[in-house]
Amino acid sequence: MVKLLIIAISAALVNNVVLSRFLGLCPFLGVSKQIKTAAGMGAAVIAVVTVSSAICSLIYDAVLVPLDLVYLNTIVFILVIAALVQFVEMVLKKNSPSLYEALGVYLPLITTNCCVLGTALTNVQDNYNFIEAVVNGIGTSVGFLIAIVIMAGIREKIEYNDIPESFKGMPIVLLTAGLMSIAFFGFSGIL
Amino acid sequence: MTEIIIAAVVVGGTGLLLGLFLSVMGKKFEVPVDEKELAVRAELPGNNCGGCGFAGCDALAKAIANGQAACGQCPVGGAPVAKKIAAIMGEDAGDVAKKVAFVKCAGDCEKAPVKYEYTGVQDCSVMPFMPDGGAKTCTFGCMGFGSCVKVCEFDAIHIENGIAKVDRDKCKACGKCVAACPRHLIDLIPYDNKYAVSCASKAKGKEVISSCKVGCIACHMCEKSCEYDAVHVVDDIAIIDYEKCVNCGKCAEKCPRKIILLQGEKPVVKKEA
Repeated sequence: MVKLLIIAISAALVNNVVLSRFLGLCPFLGVSKQIKTAAGMGAAVIAVVTVSSAICSLIYDAVLVPLDLVYLNTIVFILVIAALVQFVEMVLKKNSPSLYEALGVYLPLITTNCCVLGTALTNVQDNYNFIEAVVNGIGTSVGFLIAIVIMAGIREKIEYNDIPESFKGMPIVLLTAGLMSIAFFGFSGIL
Repeated sequence: MTEIIIAAVVVGGTGLLLGLFLSVMGKKFEVPVDEKELAVRAELPGNNCGGCGFAGCDALAKAIANGQAACGQCPVGGAPVAKKIAAIMGEDAGDVAKKVAFVKCAGDCEKAPVKYEYTGVQDCSVMPFMPDGGAKTCTFGCMGFGSCVKVCEFDAIHIENGIAKVDRDKCKACGKCVAACPRHLIDLIPYDNKYAVSCASKAKGKEVISSCKVGCIACHMCEKSCEYDAVHVVDDIAIIDYEKCVNCGKCAEKCPRKIILLQGEKPVVKKEA
């Protein structure tokens, strides 16, 4: 139990997927203009990462290892992730068209989001069993949600500030991301 | 050999399973897409230029299918596309007229004098910050620095002799120059209308006479001569109602400044007595 807790906290805060492992930066910068869409993106990533971690871990343990096909893990994981993203896209299109429009191109791009594949591969690398893999998936994606929502909150406030001309737009966002990353390094002491 | 087959079966099997899963879910979560929307989208040119005022051809197709946009909203496709779309939507496209951009100024280098030599940034948008609102004596007319030329994607507007001129055949009436002109001098007018007022000066007559040889002095001659109630002088500038205008040309005949121009013709300057 303690190990699971450590995995979760480590994945969410200490080794935050965006701010200390620098994975999944594309949606982090792309859809962090409003808290609402950012939270929607975070939720989509949680769904995809958690389920893909579970399925990938199952496939890895039940199919790839017994058949000695470990070298196929990347291609199989990508298949699973792509299918899941398609599925999430269908669900969103049906149940929340406004969020679907707001996420736009970034939703299908979760497929190629390295934070999803990264999590699946980390599970394999660290020899996590099924439950640990799922917990790691949840932790990682919650970490993504935390990072992107904080970022969106800061960006909403930045709108009202007087930013020097040359820093307007993406430069100030990248600076903010850097500062957030430094702040998150503070968590490295808790484990 | 068996290893390769097993690998292929594993990857292929995973793909097949996921494909089945997706096709089942696709049925379950199917969102009905308006057939009209797809049909309309197929007729649109697909430039995604944004000239219609929507985000792109997809957005316009959606708006047309929902009845939020007119069948002839696409400026690039023009009348032929409007007709096809109208057929899809079951509407009559009769009232879709081809439009063209028109610059409401005829005060070129010879006709509208300048107050001083300007050699600064060559862009219309900086002129309001210059002394007296720019070098040109008339503060309403075309400044000729080509903000409209820069935004035109169809090479249809050019600066000729100090003022912007529209190439009526190349113009697709996308409206980008209309938005770009800081003095709001460009209008989209029906292509078939032969007469338009080539001036936008809201100054009083005396002022106009001193600043431009071809400015509207608000003498109301056109208004009086028009039998169709199509010309009116509002705020010291003549404005033609293109829907009422029948192209009789009487206003152009009466205009003492000769600025109600047959499109494409040069303004005739009255000889000074």
